[in-house]
Amino acid sequence: MMMKWRGWALATGVLAISAMAQAAPPSAAMLSNACAGCHGTNGGSAGPSMPTLASQSKEAIEAAMKKFKSGERPSTIMGRLAKGYSDAEITAMAEFFSKQKLHPTNQTLDKAKIAKGASLQESNCGRCHIEDGKEGKDDTPVMASQWLPYMQMQMTDYLSGKRKMPEKMKEKVDPMSKEDLEALLHFYASVK
Amino acid sequence: MTLDRRSFLKLVGAGAGAAGLPLIGRAAELMPKAGKRVVVIGGGYGGTIAAKYIRMMDKSIEVVMIERNDHFVSCPFSNLYIGGILKDLNPLTIKYDKLASNHGVKVVQAEVTAIDPAAKVVTTSKGTVSYDRLVVSPGIDFRLDEVKGYDAAAMEKMPHAWKAGPQTVLLRKQLEAMKDGGTMVMSVPLAPYRCPPGPYERASMVAHYLKKNKPKSKLVVLDANPDITSKGPLFKKGWKDNYEGIIDYRPAKKVTEVNVQAMAVLVEGLEEVKGDVINLIPPQRAGQIAVAAGLVGDDKKWCPVNQTTFESTKHAGIHVIGDACVAGPMPKSGYSANSEAKVCAANVVALINGKETTDLSGINTCYSYITDKDAISVAAVYAVKEGKIIAVPNSGGVSPADYSASKLEAIYAQSWLKNILTEMST
Repeated sequence: MMMKWRGWALATGVLAISAMAQAAPPSAAMLSNACAGCHGTNGGSAGPSMPTLASQSKEAIEAAMKKFKSGERPSTIMGRLAKGYSDAEITAMAEFFSKQKLHPTNQTLDKAKIAKGASLQESNCGRCHIEDGKEGKDDTPVMASQWLPYMQMQMTDYLSGKRKMPEKMKEKVDPMSKEDLEALLHFYASVK
Repeated sequence: MTLDRRSFLKLVGAGAGAAGLPLIGRAAELMPKAGKRVVVIGGGYGGTIAAKYIRMMDKSIEVVMIERNDHFVSCPFSNLYIGGILKDLNPLTIKYDKLASNHGVKVVQAEVTAIDPAAKVVTTSKGTVSYDRLVVSPGIDFRLDEVKGYDAAAMEKMPHAWKAGPQTVLLRKQLEAMKDGGTMVMSVPLAPYRCPPGPYERASMVAHYLKKNKPKSKLVVLDANPDITSKGPLFKKGWKDNYEGIIDYRPAKKVTEVNVQAMAVLVEGLEEVKGDVINLIPPQRAGQIAVAAGLVGDDKKWCPVNQTTFESTKHAGIHVIGDACVAGPMPKSGYSANSEAKVCAANVVALINGKETTDLSGINTCYSYITDKDAISVAAVYAVKEGKIIAVPNSGGVSPADYSASKLEAIYAQSWLKNILTEMST
């Protein structure tokens, strides 16, 4: 019965297509969709400790992935995963996520801290975290609407020295109090 | 319901997969097909994602997702409920309404009773549905014939809890009712089975519960495998550091028989092991409908598929994803199913539109909790080489052996769950 059916299928070309056609290498979407299980559909994260990638700057994602790959940036699983991709694949994924719409996160934020952060942002961080963190200079990441817990975890790593701060950032961060930094993160998280 | 379906399948099983044979008592057409249509069977980790992504990729394709339940309960994290860390199953439960309202997926709550690959028709308890391409994501069913005495009635006494829902609740209730000083026995089937590290995470969570609530009690793990099948050194360290004297791990102990009356299991039909609570995880195979439709391979257990399109090598036009299929080295995990579903979706859309298919790029990430605050992980990236799925060399792997990342991973795991369930339900 089976043989008969396969014979029919081959004759009509049904099986021939899938058996013989060459498949194209993974597209940017194919590569990026695999990330969405942890980072959300199109990179819009619903999990507070996983960063939203939607609308993140291409350069920032590329830089982060390369640092994960080399081990320069500390991680739990991201280093292990980043090693699975070529530089060209990383660029393709970075471009894919950079083109997605900004994902508004739904999180509880402190109004007073947001106001304080807003007053600190422009003079301290605004040269690299452009447009209230909606854009980033060179490979500076977009901060707008990012998850507060994720940013807090990163700031903890920066302050402990586990993650290396860029020189210019260190100059600004060093004199700031923990409260100032916390306020800044609340502000960035609030930007839509 | 289940019995009706089983006996019906038995009746038509031989004919259901063959071309040209009319099905017995074919039901009326449920929803007439106008344009291009993909039918997805199963609303779990694979099916929901396949349905959603096909619609995201091509709105001109009608997608009908058929699922017997009106909700889905995640197996990942269900061990935390058994261990008393989660107070209910709500955080693991999703509904399908937003797949309909956000993406236009037509969700049909019905039992699929047969597939006719030649006529391209699925028969359900509510009527027939025809398709251009079919995605089958049925999860697993049990090879009950390999554990003597383990039938539907025995399951109520010795729950498997390997499909999340009432069975999970039952196991927790039994554990809670057990006296301090009691023994729980857990059996692990030979690999491959759903979620390789799952049984060992469960052992950890049960031990966590016992240590906290019933410290005189013990957990005996009878593993049919020669050793822990995933994250072995990490589990062993976690057990040594946290559950010394609670977990009694016994490798190469295959349970072949149960004695419900005596609350005992038999290892290789000889060695009797008694338990106050018995969690019997039976050997597994692809979900019943995949077996009935002739989608399983020579092993009669799992479904061979093209390693890029996930099209069945047994029946053209039918794609099998998730635990039921054989996807090279990709484990039978929720994340694998999620990843496979997206690759399958892209290629189903390509094939329906007569376009070129695209090679797989996939990921698996899987967290296991050891205590309420420590988790370990395994991760891998997959690609296709010469038509075969491979784990990309020099990538992936498990958590650091010294547990230096376990506190962080316990936090990340929660966001993993939140994101993957949100993907499936919005």
